[in-house]
Amino acid sequence: MPEPMGFFTDTTVCIGCKACEVACKEWNQLPAENGGIRELSGDSYDNTRRLDGIHWRHVRFIEQFKGPYDGRWLMMSDVCKHCVQAGCLEVCPTGAIIRTEFDTVVIQSDVCNGCRACIAACPFGVIDINPVSGTAQKCTLCYDRLKVGLEPACSKACPTDSIQFGAISELRTRAQKRVEQLHAQGVQANLYGADPNGALGGLNSFYLLVDRPEVYGLPRQPQLPASQLAKSGSLSVASAAVLGLLAIVGLRKRRMDEQSRGGPGNV
Amino acid sequence: MSDTFFSGAPHWTWFIIPYFFVGGLAGGASFLAAVIDLFGKPEDRPVVRTGHNVAAVGAILSGLLLTIDLGKPLRFWHMLFQSENLPAIMFKPWSPISFGAWAILLFGLCSVLSVLGARAEEGRLQNPALRAVGGTVRGGVAKLVSGAGGLLGIFVAGYTGVLLSVTNRPIWADSPWLGALFVASGASTGAATLILLGPRRGATEQAVHRLSAFDTRALVVELLILVLFLVSLGSVNRVWLSFWGLLLVVGVIGLGILVPLGLHLKPTSFGGLAARPIANAAKLVLLGGFLLRLATMLASEGIERYRVAAGI
Repeated sequence: MPEPMGFFTDTTVCIGCKACEVACKEWNQLPAENGGIRELSGDSYDNTRRLDGIHWRHVRFIEQFKGPYDGRWLMMSDVCKHCVQAGCLEVCPTGAIIRTEFDTVVIQSDVCNGCRACIAACPFGVIDINPVSGTAQKCTLCYDRLKVGLEPACSKACPTDSIQFGAISELRTRAQKRVEQLHAQGVQANLYGADPNGALGGLNSFYLLVDRPEVYGLPRQPQLPASQLAKSGSLSVASAAVLGLLAIVGLRKRRMDEQSRGGPGNV
Repeated sequence: MSDTFFSGAPHWTWFIIPYFFVGGLAGGASFLAAVIDLFGKPEDRPVVRTGHNVAAVGAILSGLLLTIDLGKPLRFWHMLFQSENLPAIMFKPWSPISFGAWAILLFGLCSVLSVLGARAEEGRLQNPALRAVGGTVRGGVAKLVSGAGGLLGIFVAGYTGVLLSVTNRPIWADSPWLGALFVASGASTGAATLILLGPRRGATEQAVHRLSAFDTRALVVELLILVLFLVSLGSVNRVWLSFWGLLLVVGVIGLGILVPLGLHLKPTSFGGLAARPIANAAKLVLLGGFLLRLATMLASEGIERYRVAAGI
């Protein structure tokens, strides 16, 4: 059994070159948006805007400027987090979403029927429908490449090693050393998703951030969707019980009224 | 900011909204039909039969809407059976969309059996095979099928709300009350449908009045749960500062709950609507039930994550 594999993304060395986006699109044969017609987002240098069914990698550009010479760029190459406890896998009603031998989460396109439950279940907004296949799709952590001992296309293409691929245990050690290095330089840096005892049992694609997670479009405390199931289900049952009792009481009241009038009281 | 604002919208719109409405209405009608079947009198049979008919048509329509909405409609059966390991069934008790698919199937089955039983009882089945099936659904079996259909019906009405709560989307996952709200709305719209269709199948005026009295109570429960739902949303309520919020207040609370309650309790205050207060109230309840699903779904669907994440 192989070790759990994943990504450690060090956002401090990302230069926003989008080589990862291009490599991902090329290897996975993902179609261009809008029929290939270039569409400007108007949001900085970000022309793809989000992760979805045809964008499995997305380089986020965050501009933090107080004045013309007082500010910074934050860049982050975002991807599926391959959560240890994955909300998408939890709700998928067809069994299309599986956990692989590398502890990654993969959608089997030939099983998925496009119900889109996984899209709403993902706390990170990673999954969407691929308009070509009509099924939900996202990063597979290059499962096909991993099977033959190759590194995922995005990390292979990353020129600054912002995206590092490897065994999760080794990546965590490396990430912790990098945080200590940055702290020594006076940089406020934190790891997001590296804690196996944290939210969702840890993320197999985790990040080094220099600002709050929300700034990077990441939820502070992501939840499993089923965490609401027991409470929501209990309240629904209680509501149905109250309405059932109201209906029965109405029918019983009629019988009692008829009996008091001396009419037929039998049901 | 709630963590739900970072998720993506599932594009559950123009097939799913009618499905939630029709499923709720059919489930509520089936639930009421079962309660009346088990605790009512022989003269209530037209209402029971109407309930079973509404349930059967609604369940079939629900299944069709749900299937059409899929990205790959021909793979609808993947929700019921393991496509790569036939004939093993596919069932996840912790996934509402999984157990919901089974609930709709079984609900439809019970409703159709109840309809066949009622038609056989009336001697209205010409087809020998259908007559044979319908003939088995009588006496205790009919009550059992009706009771199971009623329970599955109210389950279908409510699971749609639970399904929304078991996501990571704004509004839906920010409150545990959606399932209860959809149960109450299913009951009120189910009763409204029986009020409107019952007389055509021979329901007496007294039966319609009793349904109207139940609808009054169901609307009070629905209003109470709606208030609890909004309170539980907390700061997420800012999402309602939009067209969908206006629709919720005017369409759902005003036209769909308060006006029908007024028509039930003091019809003379409502001018032209007072001419046929029970029927007009029922029509407004149906409108309110549909708008509730519409506002709840589209208020959340409309939130674009990249704009929220960017703080716009």
